[in-house]
Amino acid sequence: MIAESLAITTRGLTRRFGTFVAVDGITLDVRAGEVFGFLGANGAGKTTAIKMLIGLLAPSEGDARVAGFDVITERAQIRRNIGYMSQRFSLYNDLTVHENIQLYGGIYGLSDAVIRDRTGVLLVSLGLSKSADTLVGQLPLGWKQKLAFSVAMLHEPKIVFLDEPTGGVDPITRRQFWELIYAAAAQGTTVFVTTHYMDEAEYCDRISIMVDGRIAALGTPAELKAEHGVATVDDVFVRLARGAKASA
Amino acid sequence: MSNAVEVRALGKRFGAVVALDALTFDVAEGELFGLVGPDGAGKSTLFRILTSLMLPDSGSASVLGFDVVRDLWKIRSRVGYMPGTFSLYPDLTVSENLEFFAAVFGTTVEAGYDLIAPVYRQIEPFRDRRADALSGGMKQKLALSCALVHRPEILLLDEPTTGVDAVSRREFWDQLAVLKASGLTIVVSTPYMDEALRCDRVALIHGGRILDINAPAAIGSRFTRPLFAVFGGDRYGLLKTLRAFPHAESVYLFGEALHYADRRESSPAAPDIAHELKAWLASNGHADARVEPIAAGIEDTFMALVGSAA
Repeated sequence: MIAESLAITTRGLTRRFGTFVAVDGITLDVRAGEVFGFLGANGAGKTTAIKMLIGLLAPSEGDARVAGFDVITERAQIRRNIGYMSQRFSLYNDLTVHENIQLYGGIYGLSDAVIRDRTGVLLVSLGLSKSADTLVGQLPLGWKQKLAFSVAMLHEPKIVFLDEPTGGVDPITRRQFWELIYAAAAQGTTVFVTTHYMDEAEYCDRISIMVDGRIAALGTPAELKAEHGVATVDDVFVRLARGAKASA
Repeated sequence: MSNAVEVRALGKRFGAVVALDALTFDVAEGELFGLVGPDGAGKSTLFRILTSLMLPDSGSASVLGFDVVRDLWKIRSRVGYMPGTFSLYPDLTVSENLEFFAAVFGTTVEAGYDLIAPVYRQIEPFRDRRADALSGGMKQKLALSCALVHRPEILLLDEPTTGVDAVSRREFWDQLAVLKASGLTIVVSTPYMDEALRCDRVALIHGGRILDINAPAAIGSRFTRPLFAVFGGDRYGLLKTLRAFPHAESVYLFGEALHYADRRESSPAAPDIAHELKAWLASNGHADARVEPIAAGIEDTFMALVGSAA
């Protein structure tokens, strides 16, 4: 079954704003359980594409299925089956750790008993048991981001979308964050992640590089490096994205 | 006077949080000096004190020979400052923002044009676009132009490349190199360890304290453990297997490899450790793994220093 093995499929997915084509006919398959890096320069169209995939923005053309559901006609089902966190919006700073977990558990429609069980497991695994009554705004950024990830996973979604989850985070915590990603993927969760850290691109099973609204490269990090004859994903990225800027 | 910045036992608290813990360092005139550390390290607090926007609790600091508390007006007209959050006027256009900042300092865009040209020319085609409609990389170029338009003697740049893509980051550092060549002193902070290599000297900063100050190439000499890069297919499996090795000090994901540090400092020799590691990995289902001794870089050193300080 295609729906079983593919977590995300897009076919000619396009979004225009007036005459500007933000996302220009992208066609992409993400396999279930894959850690997929969705890379691109600022303004390349990543955020617009993600908004379409999570049902926040309607495509102008083309279609996409996420967790087996259509992004245009089955948006409610998609939201129940995905988790989402971004660097800008994740948790409420003026609520405590515990209150944030309860709030999101409620939003996801989990029962009180389930929320209680998962809260305990989550706090222990993050080493936050003693900080349950701390306001989230008082946590260091790295802890906040790890907590936000765990909250996005609270309802055990099939797919989790992470939009620059590690920006500004210290090198040790960034790596701890990626271990959370690996642990989720090992449980079968599909991870769709954006980052500006090119070392993190290497941690993905496959990556795509978006340039001017199109997918300019798609493959494993090793394949893309070999294809372009360079040593790092950073070099691949700079080659592709610099060409775009020259013509901008 | 040969130091553009002198900081002596500078301290600042916010309630119970120690933002700066008795920092002491100098920046030489004409130097490109990097403050490298994550969010919450104290970098922005330090910039606010150096630009006279915040008072220190203890210690002292001078910029261009002027005390940051007593001589604040002399400092403000001579410093170009790019704050960590985007601080231009979103509803003014590119050229209006630039003209505004020139006017505040009693000068004109024309008078500063030669200095800002290498940066500003790239966004000049969009001069009539509102600042809030610019991409991240373009906003950053406009902010740098605005910080330069009054011909400052020193640039203080607080995380100018955070959230900016890899191409724009490289271009930005190329532009800093050009500005440095013109004689400008530049103090710049970044959470990206790779950017430290573009500086003359860097201070690694964490929890309000300086862990090390040195030329980027010399920072790695603080790392004393034998270090190895390990390559293999199943990265998460490799990570867990390496952590379980009895002599493991630390194991971190590191680009296409994992970096393994051994707890034993002097013996056995590196090739012997590599051999032991390969045998350990092979007996745990990673027969394809490759192990290579490597020299520590800035990020290895930063993590080791933070780990031992914690």
